[in-house]
Parts: sequence; structure tokens; C-alpha cells
Amino acid sequence: MPRENWQVEHLMRRAAFGLNADDAVRFAEASVASVIDHLVEYERQPDDVDAKIGLSSYVGVTAPGRQFSPDTNIDDARQRWLFRMVHSQRPLQEKMALFWHNHFATAYSKVAGTYGAIVGTKMMAAKAGVLPGPPGQIELFRTHALGNFRDLLLEVAKDPATLVWLDGRLNVRGRPQENFAREIMELFTWGVGNYTEQDVYAAARVFTGWNLSAIKGATTTNDPNAYYEFLYNPNQHDATAKTFTFPIYNDGNKTIPARAAADGMQDGIDFITALARQPETARRLARKLWNFFVSELDAPDPAFVESVAAEYLRAGLEMKPVVRYILESPWFSDPDRWFTRYSWPAEFVVRAIREVGWNGLSVDAARTPLTNMGQTLFEPPDVAGWELGPGWFGTGAMLARMNFAAALAANQKVNLARAALSYRASPETLVDYLLFERLSPAPFDRLSYNDLVAYVQAGAAWTGADAQVNTKAAGLVRLVAGSAEYQFV
Amino acid sequence: MRQASRREFIRDGVAAFTVSFAAPAFLSDIALAQGARSRNLVVVYLAGGNDALSTLVPYRDPFYASRRPSIAIPAGQVLQIGSDTSGKALGLHPRLTGLRDIFNQGRLAVVQRTGYVNSSRSHFQGLDIWGTGDPNVPTGVGWLGRYLDTLPSPVDPLAGWNATRETPRALVARSVAVPAIPDARIYSLSSPNAAAEALNERAAATRISSHVSVSRPHLSFVNGSIRGALSTLDRVSSVNAYAPTATYANNGFALALRTVAASIVKGIGTRVFWVQIGGFDTHASQGLTGGGAYANLMATVGDGLLAFYNDLRNQGLLNDTLVLQFSEFGRRITENGSQGTDHGAAGVMMAMGGAVRGGIYGTAASLDPSPANPTLENGGGDVRHETDFRAVYARVLDGWLGTDSVSILGANFRPGAPAII
Repeated sequence: MPRENWQVEHLMRRAAFGLNADDAVRFAEASVASVIDHLVEYERQPDDVDAKIGLSSYVGVTAPGRQFSPDTNIDDARQRWLFRMVHSQRPLQEKMALFWHNHFATAYSKVAGTYGAIVGTKMMAAKAGVLPGPPGQIELFRTHALGNFRDLLLEVAKDPATLVWLDGRLNVRGRPQENFAREIMELFTWGVGNYTEQDVYAAARVFTGWNLSAIKGATTTNDPNAYYEFLYNPNQHDATAKTFTFPIYNDGNKTIPARAAADGMQDGIDFITALARQPETARRLARKLWNFFVSELDAPDPAFVESVAAEYLRAGLEMKPVVRYILESPWFSDPDRWFTRYSWPAEFVVRAIREVGWNGLSVDAARTPLTNMGQTLFEPPDVAGWELGPGWFGTGAMLARMNFAAALAANQKVNLARAALSYRASPETLVDYLLFERLSPAPFDRLSYNDLVAYVQAGAAWTGADAQVNTKAAGLVRLVAGSAEYQFV
Repeated sequence: MRQASRREFIRDGVAAFTVSFAAPAFLSDIALAQGARSRNLVVVYLAGGNDALSTLVPYRDPFYASRRPSIAIPAGQVLQIGSDTSGKALGLHPRLTGLRDIFNQGRLAVVQRTGYVNSSRSHFQGLDIWGTGDPNVPTGVGWLGRYLDTLPSPVDPLAGWNATRETPRALVARSVAVPAIPDARIYSLSSPNAAAEALNERAAATRISSHVSVSRPHLSFVNGSIRGALSTLDRVSSVNAYAPTATYANNGFALALRTVAASIVKGIGTRVFWVQIGGFDTHASQGLTGGGAYANLMATVGDGLLAFYNDLRNQGLLNDTLVLQFSEFGRRITENGSQGTDHGAAGVMMAMGGAVRGGIYGTAASLDPSPANPTLENGGGDVRHETDFRAVYARVLDGWLGTDSVSILGANFRPGAPAII
């Protein structure tokens, strides 16, 4: 059936991972408001997606010669996350987890280089309650996906992976080190231009003693029971006062007072609270959300930035009302802004799998291609995250997208041919089925559409024979999913 | 809102035109005309803020060891390369044996205290400033991109070659999207079908990507990447058949340099290459007394560049090649409590190649922490720059790439530029 619920298609590309053909039937008559509710109030949907790993009728995972171990093996953790993106009934939660993973970009390689592959994977990706120790960083992003930003910021500051990645575990009294202190202001909250070097040095002192415990649960890091956890160490905390160039407290006071070392963790809590409440933090989050949800072609509309920042502050730093406000806004629904966001590699891969099909496919097939496209999950290039927008589309990365489309089409060739048989009356009917129904409609213009039809006719006159359908259906899927048009959401 | 029908959804083609796509032979001609077997520039970026004082060690400075009690490199370990014009004794990191050899052959130039006024301590702003050459407005086109934009049109898509995944600011150009090719072996095209059908599909992909939508420039940009890939596949794959004459280590940096050597030897026409290596943001556990993480980085850099140098020398191409190394900033002089160093100011640049006038350029800072010390800034915390990095760029642009540095850098940085080539 034709897919013409355009606003819902747009919403599902942006706030989820695209509509597949089954969802399209389910949402064919749905109102935009009801779908926003469905996405934003995701606690109403079951959180049971991990239990489906390994079941037939879902995309597969691959762990050759070993047990699938997503809490202790990073490649398996990547597969589990991709599986969740493909199948979760709470797609906006996964989408926001991806947003926060980029915002608080932390790379597995340094964590594992410090504590080994098993502890490193646990710090990045362990699910709560499976093994001893705290859950991995990604679980913070899921738990707080649409939660309170100040709470998330505080949890990130105490997160073991962050403490390794930005060296907080080694930040000690007397000779503080500045890595985390700088990045929490430059990248996690309000951005350069709002603070001075002296503020960085003072902030480094604030976080002295925010360290890690010694290894627990085992004697070696090769033991899956081994873990580290956050430790506030008063002996390593600089208890003297810290003065900033900006207010820390609501009364305008710029100085975090000297405190007994035992109470010194409050310094960091005060500082994080102050940063989270800064209007410039609100505006910076609004700009990032504009680029994520609304458009990467237009600069953020100042009216949008001010309204979203106001909503954030009004809502007490809660993200759910902020994201709902954006999705319900005219900035979001404007048809001129459909297909104006460059898809991230993970979004592209997941959408393609959801639309082309997964019967007989393992998500492991996406792992190396994602690296070639420039997005290895749990491995952002640096603390600023990935280079978004046009930055995803170097020639090598685009080639990797085309080649993934080809590999997926090859993997699904039989399934595609079977589904396409009833559309073999003419080259146009075949193209229309694949371009508008099997895949979510991509904004092809007339010239490109004609090229697809010409491709079906290339080589031999169209007869609709099984062999022709078999070849051309797969070739069309590769051409559409590997086109420039399909790379936009 | 009225819902569009499927047919209306397909946009009309009136706002579009179609670029003619060139046959591979034609592109090879462009490549030959534009510079196959001409001069190459290989930019090596040490990502994260290289600790210049550990690369080029002022091992006799009276404050060096006292400000770095755990990470200072003992004088007996540094590779002595003499003194600068102020008489300050300097040595390379003990793991830079490869670069010491090249220095001794007179083909390595070391430029001390490079940077700019009000040095940014942010990695990202810093890299943008080094990329654009504009500390005030570090956005838009990069300094090497502006050079590529001066080449005769149409600019060969392979005029620049970025051997990392993300396009660095320096290579952002108006006229051409510089390809990112970290590994030529994966630079090939797949199809779900074989033989003639795969060729039909490639032809269709080429046609679809050749439509330039005036109203949707973002779409045209991605189509440009597709065309760039399709039109360079065959040339890039020729690099895979390369047999080097030197042994490259099995790490990403060395393999990238091997790929660069291959494309120079094969003469595929690239003018500017970009290679980078990360890990230089050494806030912690930098390594004690010359060992550890930083030493491993130095070995990777030094050994990789030595293999590259020897390979090109053996093939008679050293005189066509200039390597230029930089980082976004140097690091704090005094070590922190994590056996590391925080973000600082001025750094060290190096140039290597057959046309390089080897030696030590500029004068070292005194590490005396007195706030009155004019060679330091930030209350004696960081090294103050002496040579504007754009003066080095100017020398490379004018003296190597044969272009006009004043128009590319937007100002005249020639006076006082170190005469490294």
C-alpha cells in the first residue's frame, strides 16, 4: 500500500530509526500527536528487546566459537546496541542514547587500554545486574535519555569510563590535572567563550579526589567479576575555596567556599548544578538539538534557540518536555525541513536493515562497514564526538555506505525477489514498489527516478522473468539505499 | 495539512542540471597535467597537543628537571643534536632515532616555539586555527583547501588525499571534496550482482549522482562524494599493488605513510596528503624518565617517518617530497600530579625532505618560572611562541608549492619566516 503519511514518516526518520513496511501499515492512519506520544512516553512500551536476541524472526548476532558476551566483549556490545536500534519498541530512547554518546563522547580504546578489554567493556556497556559492579556508561544514557540534564551531567562526572577517559581518576590535591575540568565546560555544557583559563584551573581543583576505587570483586582485570566504582577520596580533595568569573550560586556568589575535606564532594555538585543552569548551556543544548532533530542545512533559528532554552529552564532541566516541545513545534514539522539532516552511519545502517530486511542477516555484518563509514560505536574519534553533517560524507565513507547497501541487498536478494514478484508488470511498478513501499520514500527527483527505470531496462528488454526480478530488485535496492537521496533523514 | 501524493513527492526536474561525467582516461590526463610526478606535501598532524618539550628536549635548562620531576628525560638519554643560535643545548626524544639519522643527513628542520598570540588551549578551536590560519575566524575553508582552489579547474578529485577518516579543516576546499582514504584496500565498489549487471548498476549510480540539484545543494554535495569515489576508484586501486623498498611497521600511522609513498611512486597526481596520529593528549601517565606511553608514540612517529624517508629516497623521489609536522598546541611546562601535562601554548614544528635545509630554527625558551620571563606566558606556566606558525606555512606555500602565500593566508607572513626550504 502507498506510504503517504508524510509527517509520521518524517517523525519516524528523525525521532526513531525509520518506518519499516510493517510499521507503515500500523501507522498509516495514525495522527502525528499520537506518534509523538508513543515515542516520547516510551516507558509505556516494554523494555524487553534484549530478550529477543537470538530468536528467529529478529536480526541475528554473531559470536563465532564463543558465547555471545555483550557485557564483556566490546564487539558483542556493539552488536547488542545495533540490535536494540533495529528492534527496540522504544526507539527514541535509543536515539537519545546515541545523541548523549556523541555529546559525552567516550572511547573504549583508552578505557580498555587502561584496565583491559573485559573491564573496559563493562565500563562502556555492561547492563545493570548481570555482573558485579556498576552498569556501563551507555546505560546512563538510556536511563537518563529524556531525564534531567543536571542529573545526567552529575552521573557522567562520576562515571568510571569518564574518569578513565578524561583522567579524573588521577586528579589529586596540590597538583590537579585539567582534562575533565576543561571539557565539562567546553564540550559538555556551555562552550568556549564563556569562561577563562583561570576558571579551568579552579574547576580542576573542584574535582580533585573524584577518583576510582581500587579494583573490586577479583584480583585481576581479566575476571568478569572485577570492577571499579566511583570514589570520592577526601584525602585527595583540595578543600580551599575556588573562585570563578561567573556565578556559582543563585545569589550571584562566584566562590565555592572552603569546606572540610569530608564534605568536599559538594564542590563538584555545586559546580555541575551551576553549569547545568547556565542559560548559555541551555542555548548550546538547543542548538545541538536543532541540528539533531530539525535541520543541518539552516543555522539554528534564534527564535527556536531562545524558546527551547526557555523551555529547558522552565522545566527544571528536564529533557522530556524539551524534546516533546521540539517535535511538536512548527520548526520540526515544516516540510521544507524534511530530509535536511545528514544521517549518521548508525542511523543509515539501522534504517536500511529495518527497511530492506533482516531475515538471515547478522548485525555483525554492519560492524566493519560502520567503521569504514566513520562511526565505530563506543569509539568516537575524540571527546568532541563525531564530525557530523557533511563530515560524514567523504568519498571513502560514502563508498562504504554504497557497499553496505550492496552487501545488504545481496544478503536479502531472495527475500527481495520473492516480495517483488507481484510488482513485475513493468519496470515502473517494480521501481515504485521498492522506492515507495519497501523502503521509506526517499526524495528522488524525476531525472533520478528515470535513471532507476532505465537501469531496470538495461542489458535486456524487460520481460518480468524470475531471473530479471531477482537481479534487478537487488540492484534497485542497492541503488536507492546507496543514493545521496537516501542518506538524508 | 494536505498530504502530497507519491507522484507529487517526486520533485520536478526543472531545477536540476546534469554534469557530464568524465571517462577515467580523461581524469588521468587531468592528473598528469595537474601534477603527477610533481612536488608533494605530506602534512603530519600529532593529534591531542604534542608535548614539545619532550620531543625536543632542553635537557640542560636548570628548571627542566625540577619542573618535571617524574617525566623529565635524563640528559644521558636524549639524542643530542647540538644547540640553537642562543646556545641552548637540545636533544631529540630517545625514541626518535630515525629522525636523528635524518637530522644528521641535513634533511630535518626543527622549528621551535611555533604558535600564535593568545594561543587557544582548546583542542578543537586550536586545530581549527591551525587549519584555517586565522585565529580570529577559524571557520570555513582551510589553508591547504585554499591552495587546492588555486589549481586549474576542474580540480582533480585526487589533488588532495586525506589518510584519516574525518576531513581536517585544513583540507576543506571550495572547488573539490578531498577524499578520505585511510586504507586503499577498502576503496572498491561492491554489487549484489555480477559481471555485466554490476556494470549496469555502476553506470546507473554514476548517472544518478551526476544530477546537480540547484535547490538542494546538500544533495549535490553528497552526489559529489559519490562521483568523486566512482571516478577515482580505479586510480586508487593501483596503489594496492605497491611493493615498498623499506619496511613499514604494522600500525595505522606507518601504513598510512606506506599508502602515501605508494601513491607518490605510482604518480596518481596527488599534491597534498594528510596523515595523523592520535594519543598526544597526555594529561596522565605520560611515562616516567623517557619511557611509557609518550615514548611509544615517539617510536611510532620516528620509525614511521624513517621508513617513509628511506622508501622515497630509494625510489629517487625524496626531492619531490616535503613532510611538515605540527600539533594544535604544546603542553604545560610543569607536570601535574598524574605524571602528565595539561594544555599549554607554543609547540614545535618539523620539516623533512630532500629540499629541506636541516637544522634547528628559533630559540628555546628559558623554563625559569618567574612571571617576568619573556619566553614564557601564563604566569610562567607555558612556552610563549616566537615564530608565527603562518610564517612556516608561508615558506611552504611560496617556496615549495609555488603559490602566493599572501593571497592564501590573507596577510604577509614572509618576513622572519624560517628558511627551512
